[in-house]
Amino acid sequence: MADQAQAKAEQGAALAVSIPQTIDLRKRPRIGESIIQTVLFICGFISIFTTIGIVYVLFQESLSFFADPAVTLFEFFTGTVWQPRIGEFGILPLLNATLVISSIAMLVAVPLGLGMAIYLSEYASERARAILKPVIELLAGIPTVVYGYFALTFVTPILRGIFGNDVVSVYNMLSAGMVVGVLITPIIATLSEDALSAVPGSLRQASFGLGSTRWETAIKVVVPAALSGIFAGGIVAMSRAVGETMVVALAAGASPNLTWNPFEPAETMTGHIARISGGDLSYGSIDYRSIFAIGLVLFFITLALNIASRRIVRRFREVYD
Amino acid sequence: MSTESLRPERQSIGSLPEGEAARQNVSSRQRRGKIWQGILLACTIFGIIILLMLAYNIVNDAFGGIGVQYAVEEEDLTDGRPLEELSQAELIAILETNLRSRVLKNLERERPLAERSREELIDIINDEIIKPEVVAVYSLSEFLFDRPTIEAELRKSHPRAEIEFKSWLSWDFIVTPMSSNPVEAGIRTAILGTLYLLWLTMLISFPLGVGAAIYLEEYKNDKPFDERIPAGRWMNNAIQRSAGLIETNIYNLSGVPSIIYGILGLAIFVRALEQFTSGAVFGYADPTTANGRTILSAALTMSLLVLPVVIISSQEAIRAVPGSMRQASYGLGATKWQTVWKIVLPNAMPGILTGTILSISRAIGETAPLIVIGASTFIVTDPTSLFSKFTVLPLQIYNWTSRPQPEFRAIAAAGIIVLLVLLLSLNAAAILLRNYLRSKRVST
Repeated sequence: MADQAQAKAEQGAALAVSIPQTIDLRKRPRIGESIIQTVLFICGFISIFTTIGIVYVLFQESLSFFADPAVTLFEFFTGTVWQPRIGEFGILPLLNATLVISSIAMLVAVPLGLGMAIYLSEYASERARAILKPVIELLAGIPTVVYGYFALTFVTPILRGIFGNDVVSVYNMLSAGMVVGVLITPIIATLSEDALSAVPGSLRQASFGLGSTRWETAIKVVVPAALSGIFAGGIVAMSRAVGETMVVALAAGASPNLTWNPFEPAETMTGHIARISGGDLSYGSIDYRSIFAIGLVLFFITLALNIASRRIVRRFREVYD
Repeated sequence: MSTESLRPERQSIGSLPEGEAARQNVSSRQRRGKIWQGILLACTIFGIIILLMLAYNIVNDAFGGIGVQYAVEEEDLTDGRPLEELSQAELIAILETNLRSRVLKNLERERPLAERSREELIDIINDEIIKPEVVAVYSLSEFLFDRPTIEAELRKSHPRAEIEFKSWLSWDFIVTPMSSNPVEAGIRTAILGTLYLLWLTMLISFPLGVGAAIYLEEYKNDKPFDERIPAGRWMNNAIQRSAGLIETNIYNLSGVPSIIYGILGLAIFVRALEQFTSGAVFGYADPTTANGRTILSAALTMSLLVLPVVIISSQEAIRAVPGSMRQASYGLGATKWQTVWKIVLPNAMPGILTGTILSISRAIGETAPLIVIGASTFIVTDPTSLFSKFTVLPLQIYNWTSRPQPEFRAIAAAGIIVLLVLLLSLNAAAILLRNYLRSKRVST
C-alpha cells in the first residue's frame, strides 16, 4: 500500500504537478462540521430538557405543597373532599370524575372507532375510503374547545330532553364523557386501522379459502392478529381522554364531587387545574401549589399509560415475514 | 338425515353439515355477515353524522333571530325615509331636536357636528337616539321554523320589540376589538393574537424540530470522538445512548397532556424567567404592568408542546429521501453537512413543511395550556410586540361559552366559525405549498 502511494506520488512529481510526497488519508478534523453536529445534538437534547423541566417543576412545587401544614400525603391520596377553602385536599373526587368520564369516553369510542377501523380496512372500497378517511381526519382536527361547546350546547340539552331536567343537571359527566369519546374515536380508528392493514393478505386469503365469510375472517383472523396494535391504540386514546381539558372544563361542572352518577356535575383533575389557574392566581399560594400536585398525578397516569401501550406493542406483536 | 347416527363420528373427527343443513348453515352465516357489515357501516356513518350535527349546532347558533327594542322608531324620526338618504343638514337637525343640550354640547366639544361625516352622524343617531337593545336571542331553526311561537313569546315579555334576522358573524365582528357588551364585541384582538402566536411558535419550533430530526436521522450513528482513546470511546458511547434516549423521550413527550405543558410554561417561562419574558431585561415593557404572561411565554410553551410532533414528522420526511442520493453526494466528495444541507434537506423540505404546518395548526386550537399560563381574556388593544399581553381565538371561545347568556353563546359560535376557517385555510396552505415545492423540484 505504502509503496503504491509512493509510486503514485512519484508519478505525480514526474508530471511536474506539486503533489506532496505522501498523502495523508486519515479523516481530517473539520471544525465547522463538528460545530454543526454539536448544535444539532443540542436541538435533540431540548426534548430531554423538557422532560427534566416537567418532572423538576412538578416535583419541586408538589414538595412545597406537601410541606404545607394543611396537607398530608396520606390525606391527599385518601381524602374524599377537595375544598381548598376549608383546607381539605383529598384528590379522590377529582380522580374519580376523571375515571368516570374516561370510562364513558372509552365505552363510546372503542366500539365506534373499532367499527370504523374494521369497516375501512376490511370492507370499504377504494372510493369509500377516499371519502371516509378525510371525515376521520376532520373529526381529529377539530379543536377541543369546539367539542366543549358542542357538549354544552348540543349534547347536554338532548340528554336533558331524554332523561328529564330534574335528573340531568346542566353540567354533567355523561355529556362530557360522550363528547370526549367522540374526540378520541379518530385516534382509536386510525391506530387500529394501521394495525389491521399491517396483517398480511395471505392470512385473509387462507381464511377465505377455508370458506369463511368476510365477517368471520375479520373477527376470527384479522382482529386477533392485530390485537396488540388495537390494544395499544386503545391505551393511547385512554391517556388522551384522561388528559383532555376543554370539554370537561366546559361541560362537566366546576365543583369537585365524589359520585358515580354520570348525570351529576363533577370536576376532573384537568378541569380543576384549568379553573384554578384561570382566575387570578397568586404565586406561592396553596392553590397555586395544588395544581402542581394534581399535575404530577396526571403526568404519572398518562406516562404509565403511554409506556404500557409501547410495551404491549413490543411484547405481543405478531411478526409476519 | 339423522343426526343421531353421526354423533360418534362428530366427536372424533368432526363433521360438516350436508345437504339442506349445509345450505342453511352457509346462508345463516352470510346473513350474520351482512348484519355485521351493516353495523360497521353504521359506525362509520355515525362519524359523518357527528360532523353534520356539529356543523348544524354551530350554524344554528351563529345565525338566527334577535328581539330588538328601540327607544325611538327610525320612521318617527325621519317621516318614513331611511336615515341613509338624508342629507347632512337633516341629520344634524334630527340630533339637535332629539338630544338633550348637555349631550349635544359634549358632542360639539369633541368635534363640531358640521365637520363630521354622514356615516358618523348616522352612528351617533343610532347610538344616542334610536338605541337598539337586544332583549331576546333565537337560534336559526327557531327563527326559520318556529316564528309564530317566538313572536307570541316576545310580544308577551317586550310588547314594543321586533324580531330581526341577525348574523352574529359579520365583518364588524371580525374587525372590532373585545367588548363586554356581546352585541358590540369582536374578535380583532383575538385573531391578531392567534396569528402572532402562530408565527412565533413556527419561528421557534421549526429550526429546533428540524435540527433534532436531522440529528436523529443523519448523525445518530456517528462517532465524533477518537475511538482509540478510552475517553473518546466513552464519549461516543454516551452520545449514542443519549440519542436512543432522545427518541424514546420524544415518543413519551408526545403523549403528555397539553395542560401539563401549560403548568411547565407557568413555572418556567411566566415565573422563573419573568424578567426575560416580560421584556424587563430589554427595558421594553411598562414596569408597572409587566409580568411574564406575554405572547413570548405563550409561544415558548406552545413550541415545547408541538416540538415532539414536528420532530417526528420531519424525521419521516428525511427518512423518505433515498439513500442513493446521499451516497452519490458522498461519492462526489461532499462532506456530511454539505450532503445534508444541499441534498437531503431540499428533497425533504416539502414533507417537513407540510408536517410542521399541520402540527402547528393543531396547536393553534389548543386552549388548555394558555389558560394555565394565564393569558388574559379581556384585551382591547392589539398586540404590538413579543411582550404584549394577548388573547387568542380558542380562549375567547372558551370564555364566551362558559357564560350563561345566550348572546355570548351566539358570538362563541361565530368565533368558532372563524377559528375553523382559519384552521382549514392553514391546512389548505400546507397542501398547496407541498404541491408547489414538489412540482418545482421535478422541473429543475
